[in-house]
Amino acid sequence: MIEESLQLALDSAPFLLKGAYFTVFLSLGGMFFGLLIGFGLALMRLSAIKLLSWTARVYVSFFRGTPLLVQLFMIYYGLPQLGIELDPLPAALIGFSLNMAAYACEILRAAISSIDRGQWEAAASIGMTRGQAMRRAILPQAARTALPPLGNSFISLVKDTALAATIQVPELFRQAQLITARTFEIFTMYLAAALIYWVLASALAHLQNRLEARVNRHDLEP
Amino acid sequence: MIEVTRLSKQFNGLTVLDDISLTVEAGEVIAIIGPSGSGKTTFLRCLNLLETPSSGRIRVADIEIDGDRPLAKQATLIRHLRQQVGFVFQNFNLFPHRTALENVIEGPLVVKKAPREKALALGRALLAKVGLAGKEDAYPRRLSGGQQQRVAIARALAMEPQVILFDEPTSALDPELVGEVLATIRGLAQENRTMIIVTHEMNFARDVANRVIFFDKGVIVEQGEAKALFAAPKEERTRQFLGKFLGAQGHAH
Repeated sequence: MIEESLQLALDSAPFLLKGAYFTVFLSLGGMFFGLLIGFGLALMRLSAIKLLSWTARVYVSFFRGTPLLVQLFMIYYGLPQLGIELDPLPAALIGFSLNMAAYACEILRAAISSIDRGQWEAAASIGMTRGQAMRRAILPQAARTALPPLGNSFISLVKDTALAATIQVPELFRQAQLITARTFEIFTMYLAAALIYWVLASALAHLQNRLEARVNRHDLEP
Repeated sequence: MIEVTRLSKQFNGLTVLDDISLTVEAGEVIAIIGPSGSGKTTFLRCLNLLETPSSGRIRVADIEIDGDRPLAKQATLIRHLRQQVGFVFQNFNLFPHRTALENVIEGPLVVKKAPREKALALGRALLAKVGLAGKEDAYPRRLSGGQQQRVAIARALAMEPQVILFDEPTSALDPELVGEVLATIRGLAQENRTMIIVTHEMNFARDVANRVIFFDKGVIVEQGEAKALFAAPKEERTRQFLGKFLGAQGHAH
């Protein structure tokens, strides 16, 4: 019995790994574009221009206040009614990116505002532009504050990519579903999928720790 | 070197600076004294536009900022001015994620786009000048307050400014660390640098400054040659302030 299960798991490995490929793709893509858009939103949120900060605020409120599943359905099943047809994979990537962006915005905004005003002033006093001050003085320090919550969001995102199964993306969970439909080895297959998610999330957590140690290195003895 | 014309600042309906004009010659060392809340720090911060004046003009060398026009439209000019005006903060404001040397070369490297080798040589020389040779690779939190402030002074010097502004440079320091920072500033004064120092160190002001300016309630109450002003203040308010100060210092000793 156990041997059979093991054999099945091994036989299914190529299918699961192909699914894992999409899982990783959606996770990395969602994190990358989520961070990019989220940083833009954070700048808008911190802007003195009311319209910009208000727009960012509404965006964040919407994407954090509605289920990710509903957002994915709106993009994949809803947008075609407005004449925008997307394949499953791009639809999922857009959904995860937009959702991640809302969380990244709040994390980055909080991290940037936590930096003492004196740091901006010190940078300004040697003639830096606001952009230079942001890049050279503020962001490296804000990164310290932002990394732990960003890492947590990223790990959540890896697990949330399973929702892409509902819009036909052949990612890890969907592949497991398809195999169980053929073989009825339900527990084995979902366990195998769960283990792969676990490995991915653990690898990320490890990466997060290394990054945190790196940005914190100026606390250490030189 | 510096010309301030009719500078005013209101804040929440309160007049912090009231129509202040001041000319500073090259090589002058000026000490600004006065009670807290007198506007002396605000005045200093206005000089490099860390604080936004409500009206008036500020000229440093050949760069003039018009406080009656929106500052956003003069941003490039303000950056040029700041490169000519070093600023030393009460709380040092070093970049905590950079070593002492990196703090010093940040301006030359990023703002002036100096070649790295040249910036490093300058940075090392300046750290040696403020007595911190050997501390190049130390991060700020490994340094004492006095050492941090001396790195901050080196950082300001690295931009080769025409003027250096000091905002209560020793107020955040433990008493035993005040001396080393004052000695560093004294050394700069002997190089005939143009400096304006907001300070509560009356003895230091008397010994180092050419001219002392007494601020109270947003106006310049009295100014004059340092030793003369301390010896025989003309205005009643100056007398009261100095009396309280010197009296308090007398009691302490």
